[in-house]
This record gives sequence, structure tokens and C-alpha cells, in this order.
Amino acid sequence: MIAHPAAEFKESARSVAADRRHRSLIQKALGGYYTKRDEQITKFKSWSHAREAASAIKWDAVNHLDKYLEQFATRAEANGAKVHWASNGSEARKIILNILHEENVRRVIKSKCMTSEEIHLNEAMIEAGLEVVESDLGEFIVQLRKEPPYHFVFPAMHLTRDEVSEVFEKNLGSQPSESPEELTMIARGVMRKKYCEADAGISGANFAIAETGMISITENEGNARLTTSLPRIHIALLGIEKILPKLSDLALFLPLLATAGAGQPLTCYNSMISGPQRKGGGVSEPDGPEHLHIILLDNHRTRLLADPEQRDALHCIRCGACLNVCPIFKNVGGHTYGTTYQGPIGSVITPHFRGLQKWKHLSAASSLCGACTSACPVKIDIHHHLLHNRRNAAREKPLWWERAAYLLFAFFAKNHRLYYALLPIARIGRRLQGLFRALHLDPFFAWTGTRELPPMTEPSFREQWRKRKSVFTR
Amino acid sequence: MSRRADILKRVKNALSLPALWLGDTSHDGQGHGNSSVLTQMSHSTGQPREWLPVVGNSFQERIQLFEKNTQALKAGFYHCSGREEAHEILKQIGSREGWKKVASHRGELISPAAEALGIPILWTNDGYDIAELEVCDVGITGCDALIAQTGSVLVTACSAGGRAISVLPPHHVVIAREMDLLPDLPAAFELLEFRYGKSREGYPSFISFITGPSRTGDIERILVLGAHGPKELTILLVP
Ligand code: SF4
Repeated sequence: MIAHPAAEFKESARSVAADRRHRSLIQKALGGYYTKRDEQITKFKSWSHAREAASAIKWDAVNHLDKYLEQFATRAEANGAKVHWASNGSEARKIILNILHEENVRRVIKSKCMTSEEIHLNEAMIEAGLEVVESDLGEFIVQLRKEPPYHFVFPAMHLTRDEVSEVFEKNLGSQPSESPEELTMIARGVMRKKYCEADAGISGANFAIAETGMISITENEGNARLTTSLPRIHIALLGIEKILPKLSDLALFLPLLATAGAGQPLTCYNSMISGPQRKGGGVSEPDGPEHLHIILLDNHRTRLLADPEQRDALHCIRCGACLNVCPIFKNVGGHTYGTTYQGPIGSVITPHFRGLQKWKHLSAASSLCGACTSACPVKIDIHHHLLHNRRNAAREKPLWWERAAYLLFAFFAKNHRLYYALLPIARIGRRLQGLFRALHLDPFFAWTGTRELPPMTEPSFREQWRKRKSVFTR
Repeated sequence: MSRRADILKRVKNALSLPALWLGDTSHDGQGHGNSSVLTQMSHSTGQPREWLPVVGNSFQERIQLFEKNTQALKAGFYHCSGREEAHEILKQIGSREGWKKVASHRGELISPAAEALGIPILWTNDGYDIAELEVCDVGITGCDALIAQTGSVLVTACSAGGRAISVLPPHHVVIAREMDLLPDLPAAFELLEFRYGKSREGYPSFISFITGPSRTGDIERILVLGAHGPKELTILLVP
């Protein structure tokens, strides 16, 4: 039996938060990010206006999604791409497996595509007897370790070079190495062959341009460029919310994504692909795939779209900034979430995709500090959405003991005479509790196991006030 | 086809309730947005140039900014006095790195540079064998534009000999003209629209902004150049 996600979350959070090695690794990895990002932000004439404009463009795109999706599909097909629509993961998997089967594909190379993690595409392809290789270095490492990505932008952020070296030694038979450069070159060498042999390349997309029917892919390594250039089939899998209205919108979104996500002025490769290799019509291109298939995936995005209050969660461009600044993420680590999308934005959207009651605990795991909201390049009000999820969960399925507790509190709070009459008893109780503090006998153990209970003021405010007032009136 | 209709219908239904406008903080799910903010915002969405990083006005300032950016990106940049100087620099780099085979594409500016190296050339224009491109030490290509603001090179499948030549060989050399230097990203998208969007042939199937040599930080977030693409990017600017 699978444990409830909330129980797993608690268990894993407890152990990771106490793991000093994890903590220092994450601190070190993110330290450089903060400096570089802040340096980039100051180069903008106005970072805040840029964010506002981006959020306005996304608002327009998402709130007219039907119009833009139709436009995108029509243009893309006119460019020679084949557009497929999938309502959910199983449909998308079926479409992709069909294409691969019809085209006689045996080897698949993949560039980073979180949507494919969402629908467990790799497992399905491997089961169908295909060879599947992740080409993004971080994804490749976690694929070899048979674990999910730790962070949706930096998948192998939780590993040291020694661990990477060990994985390569075991799986690729390479010599151990202490140098990130050497390790990267080992992966490069392995991957070179795979690109040239692969029959099909599968990619995601960061943006889909309605105006021109293009997909835009952002990456640093060049693996997505190779994946989409060398194999004879290119399949792009993307969520329907990736739409941007105009090609020129990228002039804003590309630098915003690079700065917020990794503190870069621009990511190394920003490629816009509008179709397969072009031949004829006055244009003849030397290379590129014979076919481009674009799969537009819903998979519960319309459920989130139908909630006008939280619709803007679909503005997300998956930059990862909210993870990088989140104190909870840094303490509990990416794997603790147990979701495809980790961190604050994952906590907001996962309940919509996979069930509110089962995933509401993620929204409770927040200090509501708002660091995510202020980091978000498209200004999603992330921490308020966590509150919305909490409220919706309580509304949908109230907990009897929570309600009883609040009713009781309301009763005492309204009867202040009774309240003050009981205060001395509460004080005695509080002292008694001190004897058991942080022991399992303590009724507040869930809290006091790791924290101090706030003290009760003595004398209370009311008592102090009464004394002072008598001084004034005298 | 029916899936398309299904999904579009779901989208349409989902949108039947209007969303809060941005910045509307009445978190009760009832508000319908503040239209004065809407008009104000849609006004401001026209000109990203106003908020993106600063670019100078003169050619000199832009060249300096481009050079500074390429340095930060660890790309090579040479502002040459003429084509002969560019060919000379190419030969020097070639003999230093021991190039044995070059990939290039035909073009008035590009072919003479590739030929000046005096080593075997793979021309990609009319199609080529991937295995042959894989053993080339360098890809020499043209470009559509350079972007001062970001230090980027704008290439397309048309202007730069296809998709793979600028990413598969370990060294990518770009030869550009001074007039190809654009101030910023908005200008680059204007150029794309003008050059391809409005033409009868339309956009090339592949367009890319290349910003420095290929890189990764996937191991302990330490920067390593040459992840899957070229380890070196050299830009030669000629009059
Ligand atoms: S919610 Fe905002 S900060 Fe978080 S990944 Fe999405 S765009 Fe980035």
C-alpha cells in the first residue's frame, strides 16, 4: 500500500531538514544564483515594469486561450507541422507511441521536457521496447540514478561531483573524476553517438507563438538544438498554457526567463522552430527533421483555467525562481514534494492536477513569507494562492475537530467574563505543560518537538491596562 | 479532429467566468477587474525597449557593449579592419587548435574565409552526411544579426548553413558585417519580421539566438563550457 502523500511529505521533510550535508550543498549551489540574478536585475532599466508587462501579456494569452490556441494550431500546420491534441496523459502517450511505431523508431533522444515527466512518458516508451536517453546533463544523471528530477530547472542540484562520478563509473564504466569539467565531457562523449543514431527527438517547449505557429525552446547546453536537428522525427510535447500571442513578445520573455531563472542576461540558446526541414517553394534548407509533431496537452490545465481566482497560476513560465528563493524548498528539498513541479508553484498547481484533499498539505507547508511572489517574473501571487488552496480545502471538506476548536474559541472570545475567569487555570496548565515539554506526553508535542510554545504574558495586556488607566485617571 | 474541438470547448467553457485583473487584491473571487488598470497596462506592453537593459545610441557604444558582453560570456570577439585580417585571424586560430576539416556554407562573405584556411571543406548547403559533419573541427557560418544588448548572434537555417553546423562542431566561428550589429532584442524581432515574416517565403524553419558557447552548471552549479554544443564561439566583425 502506498502511504498518503501528506505522511510521506512529513517523513521526508523531517529527515532532509536535519541533513546538514544537504543544507550546505543547496546553500552553496544557490549562493551564486542570488548574486548573479541581482546583478542582472540592476541592468534592467525597470525590472518591475518588465515584470508587469510580462504578466499583462500572459494575462491576455491565458484569458483568450481558445482564440490563440486555434491560431497557433492553424499557423503551425500551415508551416508543415502536424498538431495533435491530448486531453490527458494516457492520450498523449498513445499519440506519441503511435507516431514512433508508424515511423519505425527504435532509438529516442530527449531534451528537457517537464511535461513528459508529468505524463510518465519515459516509462511508457521503455515498456514499448524503445531505447530512451535524456540528453540534458542533469536529467541524464538523474535518469541513470533512476530518480525523479530534484528541481524542475536544476534536476541534479542535490548531488555532489563524487556522486555524479560514482553514477558514471557504475553505468558508463568511466574513470572516477573530481572535476565537473571532466564529468561533463564524459557525458558529452556518450551523448554524441546517441544524437547521430537516434531516429526521433522529443523536446518540450517554453513558449508557443500564436502569431507564427512557432515553438520556442530555451536551453544552455545545446542538447535541445541537437535533439531537434539531427533525428528524422521531432516530437514536441507542451501544455496548452505555453501560448504567447506575438513573436516579438519574446523580446521581453527571453531575458526575463534567463534573469529570473539563472541570473543570465540571456540563456545560451533560444531557438524558434516553425516546422520540419523546408524544401521547395523557393527555400531549401540543408538539414532538419522530416516531420515535426506538436502535441498540445490539457491534462487538467482546463480545470485550473476554470477557476478565475487562481487562473493566473497558468501564467507560469517555469523559470524556477520561486523554488530558488523558497525557505521551505531549501529546507525540505525537491524530492520531498513528491510532485512533477516542486516548490511554491508546484504546491499551488498540484492540487488542481491531482486532487485537492490529497495534496492540500503542500499549501500548508509554507511560512507565507511571500519570497516566491516577489521573485516571480510574471508576478503570480503565489503565496496568496497557497491561502486560497487552504481555504478551498477547508470549505470542501471541513475537519470536525478544527471546527469544534474554532467554535469553542469563538464561544470564549465572545464571553469575555468567562474568558478572564478561566485565564488563571490556563496559566497553571501552561506551567504544568512546561514539565513535559518536548516529551511525547506533551499534548502540544507536534509543535514543541522542534519549537518553543509562545509564552503567555503575565500580567496580561488587560491587567496592565487596568493599572495604567487608574494611574491616568487619578 | 474531435479532440481538438473537445479541448477548445473545454477551454471556452472554463473562460466563461472572467478572471480578476492583475494587481486586483480583492481575494474574494468575486471581483471582475479594474478596467482603468487594464488600459494603463495594455498601453505599457508595447515597448519592452523601455525596461530592458540600457544600450548606447552611437555605433561605438554598441560595439563596446557587444564586446563587453562577449567577454563576460567567454566568447571570442575580433573587430577586424578588413576581410584579409579576418582570414589571418582564422588561420592563426586554426593552426593553434590544429583544425583538419572545416564545415561551412556558400556565401559571398563566408566561402572565401573557409577557403583561405586551405584545409578540406564540407559545404552544407545542399545537404550532407551527419557523420561527416561530426568529424569537422569547426563550423564557419554567417548570421542575420548581432545583438549588442545581450552579446548574441542571431542565426537561421537560411543565413547560417542549416541547423546543425553551428552546434555540432566543437568550435563555431561567425563572420558578421558591421551593419549587422543591432542594438537590442526588440530590434532583432523587427528585423526577423521584416526580412522573413513579410516575405513570400516566410520564416525559416529554425531561428536561434546564440549567446556564448554552450554551457552547463548541472554539476554543483559550477560553470562548464562545451556541454553538448561548441566549447568555443568566435565572432569576427568585418566592415
Ligand atoms: S511561478 Fe513564477 S517564479 Fe515560479 S516558476 Fe513560475 S514563473 Fe517562475
